[in-house]
Amino acid sequence: MRKIGKIEVETMSEEHEVELVPDSHAASTAPTENTAATDAERSTEDAVPRTGQRSLLGWGRVAHVFARELCSENLEEISKQAVLSRGLGRSYGDASLPAPEFGPALSTRFADRILDFDSETGVLRAEAGLSLRDLLHSFLSSGFFVPVTPGTQFATLGGCVASDVHGKNHHRDGSFGEHLRSLKMRVADGRILVCSPDHEAELFYATLGGMGLTGHILEVELQMARVPSPWIWQKVKHFDNLESLFVALRSGSAKWPFSVAWIDGLTAPGREHGILMLGRWAEADEAPRKFPKPRKARTVPFDAPSWFLNGLTGRIHNRLHSWTHRNSVGIEHPETFFYPLDHVRDWNRLYGKRGFIQYQCILPHEEEGYAVLRFLDLLRKLGADPLLCVLKDFGAQGKGMLSFPKPGFTLCIDLPYRGDRTQNLVDQLNEFVLAEEGRIYLAKDLHTRAEHFFAMEPRFEAWNEVRRRWDPQASIRSALSVRLFGDDA
Amino acid sequence: MKVVLLGATKGMGRAVARKFAERGDSIFLLGRDQDELERSALDLENRGARQRIEYGFCDLLQPRSFEPGLAQAWETLDGVDAVVVTAGIFGAQEDLEVRDAHAARVLTADFTSTVLFCEVARKRLLEDGGGTLCVFSSVAGDRGRSKVVLYGAAKAGLSAYLEGLDHRYRRAGLRTVCVKPGFVRTAMTADLDAPPFACDPETIAPRVVRAIDRGTPVVYVPGIWRWVLLAIRMLPRFAMRRIDF
Ligand SMILES: Cc1cc2nc3c(=O)[nH]c(=O)nc-3n(C[C@H](O)[C@H](O)[C@H](O)COP(=O)(O)OP(=O)(O)OC[C@H]3O[C@@H](n4cnc5c(N)ncnc54)[C@H](O)[C@@H]3O)c2cc1C
Ligand SMILES: NC(=O)c1ccc[n+]([C@@H]2O[C@H](COP(=O)([O-])OP(=O)(O)OC[C@H]3O[C@@H](n4cnc5c(N)ncnc54)[C@H](OP(=O)(O)O)[C@@H]3O)[C@@H](O)[C@H]2O)c1
Repeated sequence: MRKIGKIEVETMSEEHEVELVPDSHAASTAPTENTAATDAERSTEDAVPRTGQRSLLGWGRVAHVFARELCSENLEEISKQAVLSRGLGRSYGDASLPAPEFGPALSTRFADRILDFDSETGVLRAEAGLSLRDLLHSFLSSGFFVPVTPGTQFATLGGCVASDVHGKNHHRDGSFGEHLRSLKMRVADGRILVCSPDHEAELFYATLGGMGLTGHILEVELQMARVPSPWIWQKVKHFDNLESLFVALRSGSAKWPFSVAWIDGLTAPGREHGILMLGRWAEADEAPRKFPKPRKARTVPFDAPSWFLNGLTGRIHNRLHSWTHRNSVGIEHPETFFYPLDHVRDWNRLYGKRGFIQYQCILPHEEEGYAVLRFLDLLRKLGADPLLCVLKDFGAQGKGMLSFPKPGFTLCIDLPYRGDRTQNLVDQLNEFVLAEEGRIYLAKDLHTRAEHFFAMEPRFEAWNEVRRRWDPQASIRSALSVRLFGDDA
Repeated sequence: MKVVLLGATKGMGRAVARKFAERGDSIFLLGRDQDELERSALDLENRGARQRIEYGFCDLLQPRSFEPGLAQAWETLDGVDAVVVTAGIFGAQEDLEVRDAHAARVLTADFTSTVLFCEVARKRLLEDGGGTLCVFSSVAGDRGRSKVVLYGAAKAGLSAYLEGLDHRYRRAGLRTVCVKPGFVRTAMTADLDAPPFACDPETIAPRVVRAIDRGTPVVYVPGIWRWVLLAIRMLPRFAMRRIDF
């Protein structure tokens, strides 16, 4: 493997460059001489694309900010001007939106080069806009997978760091940040530097889960996980009783690397049911010989009418889901296992023009009883129609200063957006979470109030101190940091 | 196959180069920015290229860089089977109308310079007994259009040049492939609203590589544009004026 630095390119020697640039004497062979841009002109003219303002959206399509989005393969260039970096915009709320009327955001989605990969150690270095989908396409066939993956492969490395994402293996492997080696960043004063657990460690740990507010992540160095085969061995079990589901989720987590439960949130009390999915990578001798074919994603060509995913269709959907997931054990396609929603590329449009929100919180484990049951009761009482209710078991809290996970059950629900009613609903859910000493996930959030957030996050002050040290003026600023962290609007 | 690419640091060129790398072809990159070339070379190496990937300097706006750049490519790869040109610049019509210097640059880069580069490549390929010259023009060059008057005119000239080359030299062994992309989501088009059939560079790359393998003279990507443009080319002028395409 070769490294930047020890390359010699003969024809790019200075001699040549000097000779080629002005070109003013070569009139006959150079018809461009009177129009050719000087270097200075070029860098201002076409290295920085001029982008118009438009509505930037969160994944739930409720949050939006009218702003420019700078797009280029060259992150070093565009990060000089942007007030926030964003990846593929898979965070549901306002985390990836720049503070309104403050400046342009930059999109990393074209910065997707893999700069180094060591097939002995599995250490990978890549530009921050590389998507997990691309990464899997390139490395699953040679026996490597990302150590932690969220429920979508359309997330970038930068986004996974900034949200310090968790996967179905949090109870065993922690969150994304635990597998990072280093980050190359542009910080607010314009410098580009590398941080890691050994160097500028504070900046490093403030960036994990720091929602892009500590600087622009340019490159990510990551320890990939070695897998015995590209297939998953999965066990699915159906439960008619939620308490036994919870017990099984916890004991399953102790034995299986991947675990997740799904609850039908729409049934009447006493009729709740759910399914538990446990998984591990299949051993080479269990796995099919052939490589799992990448799934083709369907697209939604237009916005569905807003009533489309109402209670009724939701109920039918849940019923179907539980039918197709009867008890079973066996081989599963990795994309089906990790990314069931990615089958429909822009499924967020199914919620119609009004959009939807996702609410995700963590409820710490209790000695007896389950906060999750009370949470579901509350949802019912508030008349919320959660469609999808996903439950995971979290392990220990990592080192990210503002990372979401800590031990407990995390619960994640999608809700159609209903204006003020949604705000009211989130307020009440947050009161509950606060009383249970839980907290909410910023990558999903749009409606939490600052006072609730501060009460849930005694860690905020320490994180904010580090942020201020690197960026006293808060010149990197998002719609989320204005709403929650007290940045000026 | 041994391939030289001009403009593979970004966009569609990047996606096409990755396809070549994945199947183990030998690649040489040409471009104007050393750091970008270096990073792209590393990327291709990490995405399956079997050999180390070399690169050289070539700036579309400096025609004197064409011969040395291609000479270096020929030498490094020990002969070349295909030259692929995706380098080009775009300018929105409103913008080009008010900034003369920029208009001159777009016209020069996308027509004169590209053609001059192709001329150097053509001579070298023919000297070796033939090869493939694949150049990215655009659907914007298929018909004069109010929204892309200048850019479209440059691309129309480029398409005409490539067709002429094809007629003149195919028998001698030079296969020209004129790629006409519709709307592809790259940084070049990031500030435009995506029309129907917009697609990503990864989607069109396999089609381009196939066209290069087969020596298809004209290829629309994605394929649907072939039919759209067939209809557009047949529209009478008054109708064309009406639909404001
Ligand atoms: C279907 C679905 C399932 C999901 N499942 C999970 C899950 O299981 N677990 C989980 O943890 N999350 C999950 N998520 C949330 C998602 O993983 C995170 O929101 C992730 O951050 C999205 O990555 P992105 O590249 O789209 O980032 P964006 O949404 O664009 O940005 C997210 C945050 O990262 C910051 N950011 C992005 N790139 C950079 C950069 N280069 N430098 C600095 N800051 C940057 C942004 O400022 C923003 O604050 C899911 C989302 C969806 C749509
Ligand atoms: N995107 C579309 O929808 C679309 C539609 C129709 C036609 N096209 C045509 O298809 C081709 C590729 O488009 P794209 O969208 O992939 O473009 P892109 O993402 O902007 O990439 C352009 C490439 O050209 C190179 N380049 C630009 N100016 C150069 C110069 N003076 N010297 C050398 N290299 C130069 C760039 O290299 P640097 O890294 O040095 O900048 C870059 O690699 C272009 O010819 C374009 O006109 C595009």
